[in-house]
Amino acid sequence: MQRIRLTFSRSQPLRYTGHLDMQIVWERTFRRARLPLMYSQGFHPQPKINQACPLPLGMISRMEVLDFWLQPEVPLDEISPALLPALPPGIEIISLAEEDLRTPALQTQVTSTIYQATFLIPFSADLLDQSVFTFLASPQILRVRRNKPYDLRPLVHNLEVLQTSNPLNPHLQMHLAARDGATGRPEEVISALGYDPLDTRFERMQLLFGEQ
Amino acid sequence: MGKTPLEIQSFLERHLLRVEKPGRYTGGEYNSTLKNWQETPTRVALVFPDIYDLGLPNLGLAILYQDINRRPDALAERAYTPWHDMEALMRREQIPAYSLESKHALTDFDIIGFTLPYETLYTNTLNLLDLAGIPLRSAERSEEHPLIIAGGHACFNPEPMSAFMDAFVIGEGEEVMQEIINQVQESKSLQESRSVLLHRLAKLWGVYVPTLYSPIYNPDGTIQAITPLDSATPAKVQKRIVAKLPPPPTHFIVPSINVVHNRVSVEIMRGCTRGCRFCHAGMINRPVRERSIPEIVSSLEEALQQTGFEEIALLSLSSSDYTHILELVNAVSDHFSGRHLTISLPSLRIESTSVDLLERLQGSRQSSFTLAPEAATERMRNTINKPIPDQMLLDTAREIYSRGWKTIKLYFMIGHPSETLEDVAAIASLCQAVISVGRKVMGRKASLNVGVSTFVPKPHTPFQWVAMDGIEQIQAKQELLRRRLGGPGLKLNWTDPRETMLEAWLSRGDRRLSSVIERAWQLGAKFDAWQDENHFDLWQQAFTEQGLDSSFYTHRERFIDETFPWEHIQAGVTRKYLTEEYRWSLEGRLRPDCRNQCYACGILPLFKDLRQANPGEGWKCPEVTAGKIRSVTIPLQETL
Repeated sequence: MQRIRLTFSRSQPLRYTGHLDMQIVWERTFRRARLPLMYSQGFHPQPKINQACPLPLGMISRMEVLDFWLQPEVPLDEISPALLPALPPGIEIISLAEEDLRTPALQTQVTSTIYQATFLIPFSADLLDQSVFTFLASPQILRVRRNKPYDLRPLVHNLEVLQTSNPLNPHLQMHLAARDGATGRPEEVISALGYDPLDTRFERMQLLFGEQ
Repeated sequence: MGKTPLEIQSFLERHLLRVEKPGRYTGGEYNSTLKNWQETPTRVALVFPDIYDLGLPNLGLAILYQDINRRPDALAERAYTPWHDMEALMRREQIPAYSLESKHALTDFDIIGFTLPYETLYTNTLNLLDLAGIPLRSAERSEEHPLIIAGGHACFNPEPMSAFMDAFVIGEGEEVMQEIINQVQESKSLQESRSVLLHRLAKLWGVYVPTLYSPIYNPDGTIQAITPLDSATPAKVQKRIVAKLPPPPTHFIVPSINVVHNRVSVEIMRGCTRGCRFCHAGMINRPVRERSIPEIVSSLEEALQQTGFEEIALLSLSSSDYTHILELVNAVSDHFSGRHLTISLPSLRIESTSVDLLERLQGSRQSSFTLAPEAATERMRNTINKPIPDQMLLDTAREIYSRGWKTIKLYFMIGHPSETLEDVAAIASLCQAVISVGRKVMGRKASLNVGVSTFVPKPHTPFQWVAMDGIEQIQAKQELLRRRLGGPGLKLNWTDPRETMLEAWLSRGDRRLSSVIERAWQLGAKFDAWQDENHFDLWQQAFTEQGLDSSFYTHRERFIDETFPWEHIQAGVTRKYLTEEYRWSLEGRLRPDCRNQCYACGILPLFKDLRQANPGEGWKCPEVTAGKIRSVTIPLQETL
């Protein structure tokens, strides 16, 4: 048995594929690549593919991670050539590495994420600076999601306005918590700052792994 | 509206997150084909006029998509109907219907081909033309517009949609689609008018150009004759068939979101020899042609490699009748077991052998086992020509439950010709008997789902003369079933009689229905195939406004010599044979399976040259040598 960690980017063609559908996209990809995926035991065997962290619908990502298990083992340098022609449009491999079978599940290893937001409607960077300052200075930001009230503030590690060549087109970098039961959602931050998430484009820049 | 692909892209970029399941509208799936637009002379849009989720798995379009894209001089892209939310957004932002691959507006294509497998897609077809900014009626279009064509089972009565289509494909599309593209190319290079192109198309075997024909009506509204307007146009349009089933498609598009069927499908055979008298597919898809086991297995292997799908479907109208079904099941099972695949084999005969077949194929138990007895009394079974003794059904059910399936699905039909309430009550009793068999075998875990549809007298079938039940009769029969089919483990589904009526009008209508369809669409009818979209009142209003009586089409028993609106469409089975079958049904007389003996339905004389050129097992009709049909009787096979 062999555990492989795949780091990849996910772009436009898979922007509207949800987390569960992504699981199936990967299953089909491995099957096309003829890699011997391991399956769980039991009445409904499931392929052993473990995605790190759901990417919200409509977002693209520069860094996604998943683990998959093969049996029998395949030499690492044979995996990439098998996988490449089988990849769906929108996926590009960044790295493939053998992972220790004993390391804990990916979901528990990722502790925070970095997103970048760009805005479709032009507005002043100063205005954004102001609302970011107020946000970060607030002890709590109460919001309601799916009828449940919660405090967004502790889920936001940092916000940073990035100036671009166009003063009316600032970007916003967000460092958000991504721990089990404590995940900051980028569109929630945008709403809390007073902007419409539907007029915002999000890109996940990085998944950060916590201390073991 | 005239929007460029860039403008359409930018609309999608800005608005897609506002709609449900945005992945329906983006394209870019694995195996979708994006060819160079500028360098490809002929561009075809293939359209399934319902949502992506239903349209993507359509096998007919998958075949044409791959065939057309294989040509260097043509490309095929896809379009589906946007759901209500997306349509509203598109209309608000003045975005026309567009193709998923290159995001070109449909008006940019040379040919738009609609598949119309069932009639309740008609209003959606008009809606898509409108959303594309294309005039609905063929008469209002010119060579400026794409050629609008349709094919699929519903087109065997093309008359209701005749005002909107420039041409119909009657029958199998594989070869004729290529010929249509050739004609369009030639006509374009000669800068011909639309009318000249249509005359070209009318000469192709299997193509019907409605504007070249005109019906004459009798004073009572029935049809006296439908005749071509000039001598160059054939009086009858013969359906197209392929003499040998071509290699099955293998590069299926793999969706990135969940759709109704996520699978590799292969037709193991086309057509059916059983001759159930209500069955449209069984009459129009003759002759029966089978694929060989090696071809089926190797195409499945190739398709799985190309798609990575987790499911295989072996399709046919009656799987048990495939000549070497046991060998096929063994081969598929040996080849594909242990690969975590689900394999389905629908349309199995009601006999215990079917349980062996499915068990062999599926290794692990599927959730349910489906059978279609259609009727529950001997008299009804003889009328519809589907004789299955109760005992056989009960024995099969016992076998299914005792091998571990928890759910059986049974399909019945009410409203068969001359059906009485006793015949309907027998459905309930039979279902009660089945569930009690299940309880004996596995106690309260056993369940039975009963689906009851309503008979519609379809064109080109022996029942085309029959008057169908009225809404009140249907409701009374359904009420009876609801009263008697309750209790733990039993679930009953039925079709809303108003939906059945709509299907019936559209199946049986003549050219005057075009105005009714257009009016119903104007009044707001669309997605008519969806159960929660009921537009019955709109349709009634449309009939009234057009001065037509809907019951004229459905509740009137036809004279045996009445000229039908589809009289000029030749499905191959002769009117003489259908008449005989109708008479036999009235006498309760059974027609055996024609695999064992030819009953001269008319197919073989029509296609005798094709049969002669394709001898052997591929066709189930008798051999033809030196232009003569061999009148041998194939010895009766031992039925398993």
